[in-house]
Amino acid sequence: MRRVGGRLLRWWRQLTAMRTALILLFLLAVAAIPGSLLPQRSLSQSNVTRYFADHPTLAPVLDKLYLFGVFSSPWFAAIYLLLFISLIGCVLPRAAEHARNLLSSPPAAPRHLQQLPESTELTASLPPVAALDVVEEELRVKRFRVVRREGRAGPELSAEKGYLRETGNLLFHLSLLALLLGLAGGKLWGYEGSILVTEGGGFCNSFQQYDTYSAGPLVSQSDLTPLCVDLTDFRAEYEANGTAASFTADLDYGLAGAAMRATTIGVNHPLRVDGDRVYVTGHGFSPSFTVVLPDGRSFDDVSAPFLPTETATMASEGALKLPDLGAGATDQLALQGFFAPTGLLQGSVLVSTDPRPLNPQVAIFVYRGYLGLDSGLPQSVYSLDQTQIDRDQLTKVGTANLSVGESTTLDDGTVVTFSGLKEFAALQLSHDPGQGWVLAAAISLLVGLLGMLLVRRERVFARVGPAPDGGGTVLSIGSLTRGSADTAPRFTALTDQVRTALADRNRTSAPDAAAPSARGGAPEKEIPSS
Amino acid sequence: MIDPSLAALSDNLFSVAVVLYSLAVVAFCAELAFGNWPARSRELVAVGAGAPTVVQPGALDGPPAESPGARRLGGVAMALTVLGGVAHAAVLVTRGMAADRLPWGNMYEFATAVVLVAVVAYTVLALRAPVLRHIGAFVLGPVVLAMVLIGLFLYASAGPLVAALRSWWLGVHVTTAILGFGIFFVSGIASVLYLLRSRYEQKAAAGLAPSSSLLARLPSAAALDRTAHRTAVFGFPIWTFAVIAGAIWAESAWGRFWGWDPKETWAFIAWVVYAAYLHARTTAGWRGRPSAWVNVVGLAVMVFNLLYVNMVSTGLHSYAGVN
Repeated sequence: MRRVGGRLLRWWRQLTAMRTALILLFLLAVAAIPGSLLPQRSLSQSNVTRYFADHPTLAPVLDKLYLFGVFSSPWFAAIYLLLFISLIGCVLPRAAEHARNLLSSPPAAPRHLQQLPESTELTASLPPVAALDVVEEELRVKRFRVVRREGRAGPELSAEKGYLRETGNLLFHLSLLALLLGLAGGKLWGYEGSILVTEGGGFCNSFQQYDTYSAGPLVSQSDLTPLCVDLTDFRAEYEANGTAASFTADLDYGLAGAAMRATTIGVNHPLRVDGDRVYVTGHGFSPSFTVVLPDGRSFDDVSAPFLPTETATMASEGALKLPDLGAGATDQLALQGFFAPTGLLQGSVLVSTDPRPLNPQVAIFVYRGYLGLDSGLPQSVYSLDQTQIDRDQLTKVGTANLSVGESTTLDDGTVVTFSGLKEFAALQLSHDPGQGWVLAAAISLLVGLLGMLLVRRERVFARVGPAPDGGGTVLSIGSLTRGSADTAPRFTALTDQVRTALADRNRTSAPDAAAPSARGGAPEKEIPSS
Repeated sequence: MIDPSLAALSDNLFSVAVVLYSLAVVAFCAELAFGNWPARSRELVAVGAGAPTVVQPGALDGPPAESPGARRLGGVAMALTVLGGVAHAAVLVTRGMAADRLPWGNMYEFATAVVLVAVVAYTVLALRAPVLRHIGAFVLGPVVLAMVLIGLFLYASAGPLVAALRSWWLGVHVTTAILGFGIFFVSGIASVLYLLRSRYEQKAAAGLAPSSSLLARLPSAAALDRTAHRTAVFGFPIWTFAVIAGAIWAESAWGRFWGWDPKETWAFIAWVVYAAYLHARTTAGWRGRPSAWVNVVGLAVMVFNLLYVNMVSTGLHSYAGVN
């Protein structure tokens, strides 16, 4: 039993040693590297999928090692948890000791003052206690805490200042802990959802409505604020050279069932409502089409968002699916194609030359057949299912390059018209209850860091004794400073001041001094009794 | 929108700064080369003719007293450095005026500003502690190299900011990141020189180092280590603030305050490495050379973060403007 306890204690000491903390710090830095070099699921699922396609043998191995989700992997968590345990084990005893130090007086002077990093001996003609009084006065003026003791080798003095250094140190490390807790809380109770909204459309805050969402394990649907947002207008503005100048979205928002309010959000300016934030994270175009069937039935201005493939020119790709052509129709219709806000035909290939919709054009393939939407397999809304095309379930029945207002007629007389376009915005709603804590922790971390790095902790010790030849007093002073490089000049300045003060005191207190001197008029300072 | 004549003036000033810095390097090298050792070696040669010239262990506290000629060369080098710094600052000022915005909107401007901070940090150090002037060649050399590489590979013509950068936080986050980086640059160089000098001092203590070594002209290892530490101590809170400000900006720009974007990841790695450096200096077994290596790794991480993350990886911080 005692042996187990001893071993545990040894492990604990090893874990909380500074050397271990250093190793863990390096491990943490090294462990973060693959998270930036390999594609991460949290950043881009599609990049991970592509990596799997490019490295079919390597990728599954890396996946087993959590290398596509480094920052949520157990081994990354193991490192930082060990680091934080080590930190707790280091900081808590230090905090207790610091509290004791604050309450008690500065420690006793070491026996050999001349072994301190800075030390010197002065001689004075004052009696020992009076000489020590002079030192005490100088130190008190410099805001030292001073205590006098009767040491074995004579009267001595200990002084200390700069307690804020250790306070800052502790604040810094405890803030790190608080920051981690805030981060964890945000991950557990936070969520975010993204959705593409075309002008005139909207969404309410519910996981069913989002295109993609991620939520912490402790979030349930009922926790979501019933916030609804409608996109009334989206504007993208560009500089003359094509640089994006601003993206702004006019929104109406409000709690479900309550009155809606209007606001405008943009890049760097999200909407903030009670812990929920709505961002515009992207934008694009939804070309709309009018389809008139041979029997005269028409579908007016149906549109679908086309995803930008090139942000500089907003060249986009997408698909429009018409699964239900009305009673009696067995075939389904779909368009897949390319949208250029400012189209230019290079040969027969349509390219986009400008992100603004100056001359919108589409290049479309029209398919007829079975889309496979009810097959049970999920499929992207932005493209057709290639396997349906490969299996000849979908047949290409037309291709066309169209400007707004132009139309193409299919083999059966169906007319497809590129009728116009709307803009869509990619909106994101985020909820992170931990971020306020994290910010507060980060600020106190910085405050602690400044205290720790800028304040010096200085200890000064002094001892007096009679001079060996019996004439006067020998005053030994030593100092120990943490957190400063220029200790020598500061110590020299201190001893110079003490020397001057001793000389002054000597002159004013010696009744048989040759002359009253110019300073003689100054009132003699009261010498405090020790 | 863009004032072409001011933009052209900025580009010309860049060349002027590079030329002045290069001349400063030449002057610093001349100071090192034509220092005062003739006096001592003559003396030593006279004592033990034919024997290899070695430094007396007692002469290691710093560079030996200078000859007036060397001091004059050092003064010229410092003056050239300051002039180069003025031209360098003018590069950024004119570019900012040309584009009517803060002149750190792309990688060319960012890197140029970082190098300027490094030059200013060195100048301040050298003016406060003249013994540090002797590392001038080793600071200005990398500075010239960095400037040439920036001009060749990172150049982007003056233009407006992309929408995402049009925020008040550009002035806070990017400015402090530049300050931190520039200060760490000087700190890293001091640690590299410390590593060289401390090995030289070990050899010299054993009587094995030639006094004609360039390293004999450097400040003492202790002074270099102290310089590296103090600059890192100065830079660390600034870097911490830059990361925090970046997180605050990211919260309003990207929808989350931290998302392990490659730039964020490497900023975190750099922060951890510098935290490790500050701890290592007070940890038994890590003092001296091992902790200096940590500082050097920190600088390598900073440079990697600038070059690799902006130019190779794709992330939200892709503002390089380099094609």
